[in-house]
Amino acid sequence: MTQRFTITVNGKSHTVNADPDMPLLYALRNDLGLNNPHFGCGLAQCGACTVHLDGQPIRSCITAISTIGDAKITTLAGLGTPEKPHPLQTAYVEEQVPQCGYCINGWLMTAAAFLRDKKNPSEAEIKDALSGLKCRCGTHISILKAVKRAATMMG
Amino acid sequence: MTKLEQTSAFTRRSMLLGSGALVVSIGAAVSLDTLLSMQQAFAQGARPPLTPDQLSSYIAVNADGTVSAYFGKMDMGHGLGVAIGQIVADELDVPFKSVKVVMADTAVTVNQGGASGSTGIQMGGKQLRMAAAEARRTLVEMAAGLLSVPADKLTVTDGMVSASDDKSKRISYAQMIGGKYFNIQLDWNKQYGNTLYAPGKAQPKKPSEHRIVGQPIKREDVAPKVFAQENFVTDITVPGMVHGRVLRPAVAGAVPTKVDESSIKDIPGAKVVWDKGFLGVVADKEWDAIQAAQKLKVEWSQVDAPFPEQASLYDHIRKASVRKRSVDKENGNVDDAFKNAAKVIEAEYEWPFQSHASMGPACALVEIKDGQVTCWSGTQKSHFVQEGLALTLDVPLDKVHVIWAMGPGSYGRNDADDCAMDAAVLTKAVGKPVRLQYMREQGTGWDPKGPASIHKARAAIDTAGKVTAYEFTSKGFSRVDVNTNGGKPHDTLSGQTLGVALKSGDGFGVPAESYAFDNKRLAWETIPPLLDRSSPLRTSHLRDPVGPQIHFASESFIDEVAAAVNADPIEFRLRHIKEPRDIAVIKAAAEAAKWETRASPRRDQSGNKVSGRGIAYAQRNGTRVAIVAEVDIDRSTGKIWARKFTVAHDCGQIINPDGLVKCIEGNIVQGVSRTLWEEVTFDRKAVTSVDWITYPILDITETPGEVNVVLINHPDIAPSGAGEPSIRPVAAAIANAIFDATGVRIRRVPFSPDRVKSALS
Repeated sequence: MTQRFTITVNGKSHTVNADPDMPLLYALRNDLGLNNPHFGCGLAQCGACTVHLDGQPIRSCITAISTIGDAKITTLAGLGTPEKPHPLQTAYVEEQVPQCGYCINGWLMTAAAFLRDKKNPSEAEIKDALSGLKCRCGTHISILKAVKRAATMMG
Repeated sequence: MTKLEQTSAFTRRSMLLGSGALVVSIGAAVSLDTLLSMQQAFAQGARPPLTPDQLSSYIAVNADGTVSAYFGKMDMGHGLGVAIGQIVADELDVPFKSVKVVMADTAVTVNQGGASGSTGIQMGGKQLRMAAAEARRTLVEMAAGLLSVPADKLTVTDGMVSASDDKSKRISYAQMIGGKYFNIQLDWNKQYGNTLYAPGKAQPKKPSEHRIVGQPIKREDVAPKVFAQENFVTDITVPGMVHGRVLRPAVAGAVPTKVDESSIKDIPGAKVVWDKGFLGVVADKEWDAIQAAQKLKVEWSQVDAPFPEQASLYDHIRKASVRKRSVDKENGNVDDAFKNAAKVIEAEYEWPFQSHASMGPACALVEIKDGQVTCWSGTQKSHFVQEGLALTLDVPLDKVHVIWAMGPGSYGRNDADDCAMDAAVLTKAVGKPVRLQYMREQGTGWDPKGPASIHKARAAIDTAGKVTAYEFTSKGFSRVDVNTNGGKPHDTLSGQTLGVALKSGDGFGVPAESYAFDNKRLAWETIPPLLDRSSPLRTSHLRDPVGPQIHFASESFIDEVAAAVNADPIEFRLRHIKEPRDIAVIKAAAEAAKWETRASPRRDQSGNKVSGRGIAYAQRNGTRVAIVAEVDIDRSTGKIWARKFTVAHDCGQIINPDGLVKCIEGNIVQGVSRTLWEEVTFDRKAVTSVDWITYPILDITETPGEVNVVLINHPDIAPSGAGEPSIRPVAAAIANAIFDATGVRIRRVPFSPDRVKSALS
């Protein structure tokens, strides 16, 4: 049954009582009240639930809370703020990317890890890095422009 | 003073407190009694009833001078709220930033139809324009009385009314009415929904007077989304809330016959809600509700598998009895012309069921407290959900409040309205607020589907190669097995599972174009649904309802006729199209795409990698779109990359060009996805496309490299819609480009690699 887990999210420590098999997504959304990751599929197919685990993007909808251990979790709110935005957030606002915006969390978190590790990526490399994400509104053209813009800013 | 005492809403004290600056700014020119007298005529302290014939139902000037625009539609992500704000600000002569558009909350907006048919600006904006114009007229009239200056000698700048020849004589909107409500009757046409129209006495401004309309103002909801500060409907919680999930049968049409509640007894707080065909669970924690839904042991009734094999879908449609036939357009004598034809060209096209497959499955939260129902929903039709909830819960309409919040994507009648009703059933049963989110397989598997159809076209050609007759007939499932909203129990899964019979309506459509053939007939035929109760293949509106399928067929066929007479596809179209705006969009697209005049297919390519170009065009409720697609095809894999689109778009007056371009880009990309990838799969028992693997949509590697949008602005033509028209010709433009590249005509969507490869081999 439920166990006690301590997880570190955006630099703060939290304690959660949960079934060990419960995906991290539900701890973040329901126990911590963080709206950043969204439930899109529960199958790791769309990316809407993406968070960083020690800097690497993971799909929180299939990641059991018992597997997190001491790894540091970063959500979109931990990526940047209006006062201190991540270049991707600045670029997304400039390019007016989202339509409904439900998927945007996954695109931002995935691209943030990619651009951190890959300077001056080619268009093909950007597309490849983001190919596992879904956007139903069809904002891909703006997404690509924004990621290129952010890549330049982070150059 | 008697006057003051009669006015319960106003006291001298509140006037003095609320408008203290008034006396200072206009000195002795206006007495307090005069102001109060004016306000009595035009304003009141309590909001008048929320009816379509009250100006206060659309516009309010707040105490701080900001303006609230109450809009009975909502923005599903195109920035419609910005456009409405621009329209209102322009008519009222207030800064854009001072207008707050309040959307789709049933407590403060009237039923303008919700997000529907790309009418946000076309019809919703038209009403807000008229209301804002009437508000300005009223305020100027008030100012005329207060300042003792004739109305035609007054000007308004940023919400300040002043005498044209003496700017010291001035009074602001806020001073006159801030925080109060207009008491002005409008001339309502007695209609609700999209067609609601209630003008006042005012004439709106001439387009040449627009200053804010036409500007590329950015959306203010982008930053909150990007910084994780926006609450989607999925993010809303209330105290005491529990989580719900519903269960659907493995064989469509089956109902639970035995439910073993002990199978979930170990799950904390888990409860079963079972009534006839409705089956759901709730639990305190969301993960527990999900577990309960998975672990609950249920026996379902034995029913005959209701569906045909998918491989025989189009045969089923061909052979099915016609429930309704409608000839929407006919001229000349089509049958005689075909008898006399030198040559007849015929073709048939096929389009599958498609899913909304919204980014997340639908979510709703329903709370019932002291007889008052509150529902948070991502619906496109909050006022109809209000009606649906009143009927589902058997409470008076005025006891239901629906608050719209951005849902996880919406492109028509998706699963949102069903979810709101299901959540209400659960809430009523357990006596606690229930937040229900469907699971992925329910969102994709059980949403109302865009209908599958076949389309037959034929053309009669005379010996000179002239088209003497044209006939186009669609036959398919109706576009409205369930209505475009959840306003009636028979249109929702909860209603149907609780025993209300499905009332499948009849609706399809015909091509929207202006080809002038001497003898022409455009018709449609609907067939009965596959299942007469809660069905995962029930149909309803999916973005540009039946538009993509009809125009895939009709614009592919026009291309086939052009090829048959060895004509350039654009030159052939321009021979027959009569409406100048249609001609203009086609010419604009051709010019921007640097279209080379020649017949298709091109014959100068060899090898596996080939390219082609295709044109398609359509009208939609006043809007005209022409699209040139340039595609690359790998013959060895069948993979298509729709590399570039040139889109010429004419929707009359443009309110916000940047918002419009984004809206068109989304249409094109989603159109490519639906053309190349999307097909609901099913077996005899159920829908089997239930996630992103089994219902693939395009990913970023398949996204067009360029969408070049040519906007044609007609400031003097009232704006028509943009949310859907440009998805309409996408499939045909791609099909025509494939033909241009390969000489092979693909007549069934989607153009998946396997299908293309097989067609090319």
